[in-house]
Amino acid sequence: MMYIKDKKGQNMAALYRITGAALGLMLALVSFAAPISAQQPTLKIDVTGGVIEPVPFAIPTFIAENSASTAIANNITRVIAEDLLSTGLFREIPKAAHISGVSNFNAPVQFADWRAINSQALIVGAVNSSGGRLTVKFRLWDVFAQAPMGDGVQLSGSPENWRRISHKVADAVYSRLTGETGYFDSKIVFVSESGPKNDRRKRLAIMDYDGAGLAYLTNDENIVLAPRFSPNNRDILYTSYETGIPRVYLMNVDTLQRRVFANLPGMGFAPRFAPDGNKIVLSISERGNTDIYTVDLASGQRTRLTSGPSINTAPSFSPDGKQIVFESDRGGSQQLYIMSVNGGDAKRISFGNGRYATPVWSPRGDLVAFTKIVGGRFHIGVMRLDGTQERLLTASFIDEAPTWSPNGRVLMFFRVTSGANGAPQVYSVDITGRNMHQVPTPSFASDPAWSGLLK
Amino acid sequence: MTYLTKTAAVLFLFVTAACTSTSGGLFGGSGSDINGAGIGSIDETSLEYFDAAIGSTVLFAVNESSLSGNNIAILDAQAGWLNANQTVSVLIEGHADEQGTREYNIALGSRRASSVRDYLVSQGVADSRISIVSYGKERPIAVCSNASCWSQNRRAVTIVSGGMGV
Repeated sequence: MMYIKDKKGQNMAALYRITGAALGLMLALVSFAAPISAQQPTLKIDVTGGVIEPVPFAIPTFIAENSASTAIANNITRVIAEDLLSTGLFREIPKAAHISGVSNFNAPVQFADWRAINSQALIVGAVNSSGGRLTVKFRLWDVFAQAPMGDGVQLSGSPENWRRISHKVADAVYSRLTGETGYFDSKIVFVSESGPKNDRRKRLAIMDYDGAGLAYLTNDENIVLAPRFSPNNRDILYTSYETGIPRVYLMNVDTLQRRVFANLPGMGFAPRFAPDGNKIVLSISERGNTDIYTVDLASGQRTRLTSGPSINTAPSFSPDGKQIVFESDRGGSQQLYIMSVNGGDAKRISFGNGRYATPVWSPRGDLVAFTKIVGGRFHIGVMRLDGTQERLLTASFIDEAPTWSPNGRVLMFFRVTSGANGAPQVYSVDITGRNMHQVPTPSFASDPAWSGLLK
Repeated sequence: MTYLTKTAAVLFLFVTAACTSTSGGLFGGSGSDINGAGIGSIDETSLEYFDAAIGSTVLFAVNESSLSGNNIAILDAQAGWLNANQTVSVLIEGHADEQGTREYNIALGSRRASSVRDYLVSQGVADSRISIVSYGKERPIAVCSNASCWSQNRRAVTIVSGGMGV
């Protein structure tokens, strides 16, 4: 397994510690000019399709600029490598195979030595942790072109944020090699589950995208469902049964302060933020009939978008905030529809066999991810906005509720095993259908929601 | 089994249990006399009577919220009991099996609970005495992953003097 489980912070008090520190994070990002080179880099990885041979890279352990920085330099180097390896796009040349070491950040690179072991990319870095301040700098080299890929970059912050700094370095490397923005410096909020199937306990939890740094946001006294991040990644919407019926709550993940949308009638569930963060969309079930509403956060004003006896639920905004994709059984079975943010006529977009549910608009705006139920099996899939080019990426007893990576290249979802001991776990899969793996969590896990890239 | 024979069988079991119990039996708190327990000692206003003799649960077909014949008999008995016991209110829980997505199943459970409420109201029970909640697929009572369990989980349960609902 490429992921590291962080034992730190597995209780609610620890959340304050972690996120409190994150609030004070002074993540300075300084670029410095690349060394003069006659060559232009040519290394470019296409993440969009085809069979990919993982690109070999070397990452010599980052230079510790003082003895106090040795351990943290090792950890940072490891996390950067794990991030890159987790994409399935890269393969690390073992450090034991390295011919020349790197002992000076500014020393000329011995390209022949790296070429000899077929390392196409080389990541060189240095770490300085002193006086309560951690500084990391790195350069990325195209070994075969003997050229730097972009300027060198220096990041600094408090030492406890070494993971975030590592993820930012990995995001920069990923971005330079693929031309895509990265997704490593991001969070997952999800529902942590425990106990038997007929008495399952659920609580909200938050962790880094790779499962590290887990902290709980609620206790397990009430059923909680489907948390979703705000655009600024600091608030979440979720559903809780704490008053006896499902209602929608808004929580700040730093302070854990929360409020219920008290003025809404009936049962509320399936909430999501609008991209501008100023309103939410949700389902309200009243007298057995479920429809979609928006609620303005400042005024509390509620707007009804659907009507009629059909089930209308699982709404998700387009990235421009102008449209909403949702599921409805108005045509006789669960299918996907797109309507204006103001409601009105909806256009059906799913036409294949089976039932379609939980649509989520991609952050790039080009695709909708969904759950499909056909022939007694559940699938995670993607389709274009007009319903064409449907591709099913997974299949199992229950695969449900995709959530997009910040760059729209990866989906997480949850998979439930069947039977009396059946239980959910969170998985990750590229939208190419490759690189599926379980995301490590300390207990059962469902309803993942991916944040945007952290600032 | 018809509703009447089922009720008779359940009552017979209770009488037997009450006679053999040394600690008050199933109806220990409802005024029955252990030694002299007979059918007349069962408190027909008790919650236990409602759950066991009337029947709290109706089942649904896949993706359905309509009420079938057997369900109607149970709900007629529920309505009769509620009309005879005007002081109690009920919470109707709607549930779905695991073969659906979470949000849809909450909506489906809401339909099922509402379907039961509408029927009870049609039989004279005041709407204000009935609240509903949907648990979707969150609270299965049968845990296997095949039709025998799923059919038990597609249910609406009438709970006397239930908690808050809508």
